[in-house]
Amino acid sequence: MTIDLEAETAAEAVIDRKRRTLTIRKYVPVLGTLVLLCIMYGIGIANYENFYNTQILLNIFIDNAFLLVVAIGMTFVILTGGIDLSVGSVVALTTMVSAVTLNHGWPAPLVMITVLVMGSVLGFGMGCMIHYFELQPFIVTLAGMFLARGLCYVISTSSIPIDDPTWITLSQKRIPIGSFSITPSVIIAAIIVVIAAVVLAWTRLGRTVYAIGGNQQSATLMGLPVARVKIAVYTISGFCSAAGGLLLSFYMSSGDPLHAVGMELDAIAAVVIGGTILTGGSGYVVGTVLGIIVLGLIQTIITFQGTLSSWWTKIFIGALLFLFVLLQRTVVRRTPS
Amino acid sequence: MSAVLKHRLFWPVAALLVLLLSNLIFTPGFFNIEVRQSHLYGSLVDILRLSAPLLLVALGMTLVIATGGIDLSVGSVMAVSGALACLYIVHQPDQGAPGTIIVACLLGIAIALVLGLWNGFLVSVIGLQPIIATLILMVAGRGLAQLITEGQIITVNSPGYRFLSAGYWLTFPFAVILAAVVVALTVVLTRRTALGMLVESVGGNPRASRLAGVSSRTLIWGVYVFTGLCAGIAGLMATANVSSADGNNTGYLIELNAILAVVIGGTSLAGGRFSIAGTVVGALLIQTLDTTIYTTGIPAQTTQLFKAIVVIAICLIQSPAFRAKLRRRPAAPVAPAPAAPSKAEVSL
Repeated sequence: MTIDLEAETAAEAVIDRKRRTLTIRKYVPVLGTLVLLCIMYGIGIANYENFYNTQILLNIFIDNAFLLVVAIGMTFVILTGGIDLSVGSVVALTTMVSAVTLNHGWPAPLVMITVLVMGSVLGFGMGCMIHYFELQPFIVTLAGMFLARGLCYVISTSSIPIDDPTWITLSQKRIPIGSFSITPSVIIAAIIVVIAAVVLAWTRLGRTVYAIGGNQQSATLMGLPVARVKIAVYTISGFCSAAGGLLLSFYMSSGDPLHAVGMELDAIAAVVIGGTILTGGSGYVVGTVLGIIVLGLIQTIITFQGTLSSWWTKIFIGALLFLFVLLQRTVVRRTPS
Repeated sequence: MSAVLKHRLFWPVAALLVLLLSNLIFTPGFFNIEVRQSHLYGSLVDILRLSAPLLLVALGMTLVIATGGIDLSVGSVMAVSGALACLYIVHQPDQGAPGTIIVACLLGIAIALVLGLWNGFLVSVIGLQPIIATLILMVAGRGLAQLITEGQIITVNSPGYRFLSAGYWLTFPFAVILAAVVVALTVVLTRRTALGMLVESVGGNPRASRLAGVSSRTLIWGVYVFTGLCAGIAGLMATANVSSADGNNTGYLIELNAILAVVIGGTSLAGGRFSIAGTVVGALLIQTLDTTIYTTGIPAQTTQLFKAIVVIAICLIQSPAFRAKLRRRPAAPVAPAPAAPSKAEVSL
């Protein structure tokens, strides 16, 4: 009896240890991003005057609030093992529709609701096609990308300025934090981040997202609502793109069919650098936030350096992507499947 | 008749023909082809000539997709190869000398091969997912191209280089001949030898192929290098067409058009089978669509809207799930049937 108990405790200890190493391993990609972030920040402070200024860090959020929101939606999609290439175009379409409807005298709240619904509907449609017709996310969202960008040009082929008072207030207002300040967009982005993190970590929807990314077939056999959740993540991504588009229209005060060209790549890069694994099933919203800060820091350092041209940003992002997928690769390989 | 209808190239070819015929409404002389100074002229010839770069890129993409992969970096590879060739030409005293042009082309192709080797290395040796492995070069390659051109647009003044895109040889546009030769060589290599079947087997199941004695790794590496080569040649053509290299815009969005051409041609994105004839039809269809939009006077940028409709339509037609649903409930074909929750799904 005692022997049995001892064996049991020993077995439990082994399982416990395994679980603990697994838990640690789960966080390795995110921790890697955090370490990189600290190193980059350290390099910045060591080399450039005034880099330590907290406002520099806050400016990263001010300049990238829209990208952050878009990347949050992308995180949901990538966690299920899918991909959404349409985000940049949906962002551009949102700025166009906002600009046109505002110029037609629609009230600001109605415009916001309209574009958010429009983005969600687009995402919902793509999700339905992916799930019910078993088409690949890559090709469906590619079509969505062309569709939304084409619609932008149907609305107008040139930039449309926005002079609605609400938009102007939202773009110019600064909210003081101590001696520093942020924009309302940062607060909106922060709220979306918190909601997304809570949904992913503690709701049934969130857990199903991870389950589908881990193994869709198992998730289906377990009786999880795969259809509903898969369509939901694309709807969420569409909603986030529209929200990101609103933030961009605050930031730019215009609607332009050329806004956010290539933003899908930045969003995917931020999600991957943030430690979310592209095959799905593993990753955190926190990682995506860190990924955005890393992208922002690259731009900031290049601006501070002054001698480096803007195209170095792309090369650095490419190099970082490479580093992180290598890191993921080694982590995934070591994890017993 | 039903055999014709069921042929997998029926819908793409039908779409191409409809599109070509619809051009007659806007341009009565659309199908006219004439020989002037022993050069072929006409809208159809223009479509062929302009589709050459896309056709080459799509050809490489076909083989990559057949192995179950994808190459997003082709546009960037085009930009890098074109930029390097143009950079070499502008630094030579005689920009039009045949030697200069040959060295420039070899340089462009060499760098494209190196980039292809890099992609293949990441996918086959390190084992990264193709989409992410090539995404790295897609992002970094644009930076690299701008680094080469120093953010400027390099303009070359070399009739010899322009010949690559706009020249004529034996009454045919040289670009068309070059593309046709590459396509023919690929068809011979893949369909007259076992190579094509091996590529398909790797795409179908890499592990089973390896156990059956197919060297999957070399084969996968090889197709990425081939795609790099095709993109390199396409980059030379694209920059020759405008006599300038622009790191930002050379080959912009061509990866998506190429993937589109491949998918329209009936090659499954899941890998395991491919159709070069289909890709040729797909590339021609896309170029015809672009040309048609230009000639009808609709704002050129709205082409994307039509492309979206074409992609959705072709994908739906090719989707077995969609066909099954059509057959099951012919009364309401558009409404998606609610899926039974217990239905086992196989993710693609």
